[in-house]
Amino acid sequence: MSVTQPTPEIAVPRADTLATEAPGARRGGWLVRIAVLVIVLAWLVPTVGVLITSFRPESAVDTSGWWSVFARPFDTAQWTFDNYRLALDTGGFGNAFLNSLAVAIPSTVIPITIAAFAAYAFSWMDFRGRYAMFVAVVALLVVPLQMALIPILRLYTQGGIVAGRWIIPDFDLGGTFLGVWLAHTAFGLPLATYLLRNYIGSLPRSIVESAKMDGADHFTIFWRLIIPLSVPALAAFAIFQFLWVWNDLLVAYIFLGGSSQNEVLTVALRNLVGARGENWHLLSSAAFISMSLPLIVFFSLQRYFVSGLTAGSVKG
Amino acid sequence: MSLLRAATALALLTAAFALMWVSFGFLRDSDANRMLVVAVALLVGVGGVFFLFAATNRAVDWLPERYREGVRPYVFVGPCLVILSMFLVYPVINTILLSFKDADSVDFVGLQNYSFVFSDDSMLRAIRNTAGWIVFVPLVAVSIGLVFAGLADRLRRGEAIAKSMIFLPMAISFAGAAITWRLIYAFRPEEFGTNIGLLNGIMLGLSREPADWLGIQPWNNLLLMVIMVWMQTGFAMVVLSAAIKSIPSTIIEAARIDGASEMQVFRWVIIPSIVPTIVVVATYMIINAMKVFDIVFVIGNAEANGTEVIAERMLDWFFISDHRGRGAAIAVVLFVAVIPVMIWNTRRFREQEASR
Repeated sequence: MSVTQPTPEIAVPRADTLATEAPGARRGGWLVRIAVLVIVLAWLVPTVGVLITSFRPESAVDTSGWWSVFARPFDTAQWTFDNYRLALDTGGFGNAFLNSLAVAIPSTVIPITIAAFAAYAFSWMDFRGRYAMFVAVVALLVVPLQMALIPILRLYTQGGIVAGRWIIPDFDLGGTFLGVWLAHTAFGLPLATYLLRNYIGSLPRSIVESAKMDGADHFTIFWRLIIPLSVPALAAFAIFQFLWVWNDLLVAYIFLGGSSQNEVLTVALRNLVGARGENWHLLSSAAFISMSLPLIVFFSLQRYFVSGLTAGSVKG
Repeated sequence: MSLLRAATALALLTAAFALMWVSFGFLRDSDANRMLVVAVALLVGVGGVFFLFAATNRAVDWLPERYREGVRPYVFVGPCLVILSMFLVYPVINTILLSFKDADSVDFVGLQNYSFVFSDDSMLRAIRNTAGWIVFVPLVAVSIGLVFAGLADRLRRGEAIAKSMIFLPMAISFAGAAITWRLIYAFRPEEFGTNIGLLNGIMLGLSREPADWLGIQPWNNLLLMVIMVWMQTGFAMVVLSAAIKSIPSTIIEAARIDGASEMQVFRWVIIPSIVPTIVVVATYMIINAMKVFDIVFVIGNAEANGTEVIAERMLDWFFISDHRGRGAAIAVVLFVAVIPVMIWNTRRFREQEASR
């Protein structure tokens, strides 16, 4: 995880990302342990509060703070699944969950595929302007996506006009999945290309050369050799991009906000706050539905998760 | 013969694109069953790109031999460049252009939008608040992250679990985090029910008056910043912790043998060795804080509460108040602010390449 350079290398996941012992590190006493415990508890309180609230009946949520469950935690009457039933069904969060999947999975796979092909070309193929093009990709890394929102939305609703001429036809992509996929692809592409090119470019030249000697063409080398070797980098970026898209509100709000059919979780959450900001039984369960998948990813793929998010922190 | 081959290649490509287009037509059909729509979306979205690459590559195989290997690199790199120029390069130019035009992008208005950005009360508040975000969030998140990394390093057991608990908020959305913290800051005036917010619960426990936390200007800004600190400290902690662990133990041992206390080792040996990492982490946090939007937007009532930030104003002017020129001008302000980082990135990249 060398982020000591401003342009970070992809951090290849290591087993010891979260826990290693520096040789000779001195062990701390109880003071250190208490300090760590206090910080950890403080960090957990907000999430625990939402989790507990989401399982309490509406009447209880409304009349007492969530911490009052600790008075008698085993009283089953104070726990319920009704909030989740309500949120998933009438609240529309079941639908929104499906939509979030339909947005996030392609928005992860498409940029990775395109970036992997480009990264291979940048590393192992000869063509004019290769270096200049890649420098341009690096420059695009930190462009704030706010710069792109207005023109892309215009592109979707009226096509592209430069100097009075139509250069891009109007595809009417506002409110469609394809429109969001393309937007997320574009916003994720510089980072994906950059990280994958650094990784693929650092694979030993001899592997590619010997495959060429055996008569393999570029497509075969790419698909059969380079992709399997690049799994750690691909996985790290995939997790970063998936969570980024899953958690994104801005892009979804702009490009899907007008369509209640295709509403994703974050947009649905925001609308729920706007409409019923004091219905905590519904808000908390809805919030937890939206957090469920990221938390599962977090706990099951922690190694890739940490390296992915760390490598992805440079995204513009 | 080669003409026929080229024609076949072209036909194949056309068929591939036509197939995609038909499925997009289906996705547009809003009456269809949601499960089915999502299934088709996944199939097309996941398989489609690879299918197009494979089809184009095959089409290149059928080109006359002397063009083949000259064209192929552009098949590999082309889609990336096309998407980047259409969805990033063209928009950047377009936004700059629009920022000099009026609300409906018809007439040029010169610098009017920019003079609005730097004179409107709400905009000035947004700039002031954003300045607060980019100082407070990196400073506090890096400090806590650094201290925690240093502390956790000395635990006998449980280092991994302690760190992952701090890192956990990185997994959830800004929207989810905003709701989580709204529950902490929640306030109900007298006769509007019990105060169920944690902060007011504590106030009542100390027999003090509950307060409308999110309405107290300008301190409510600080309460929103705390949300981002909560989310990003884990990132700082993990990166800094890795840097601390990569310090050669001989240096630390030498300091200890010279009689330095643990505190002195941390202050005078560990921190100086990881300054470059701290700078990088802080830089990226500054960029993130500068573009903060979701937290303020989901907490809501930014204008009434005086918690506006630049990115939130941009969306407000562009999407809600329907003034494209002003929205674009605000975006350009953000863009200009990251240009130094852009230059720094490319310069560092060229140095790395040169030394490779």
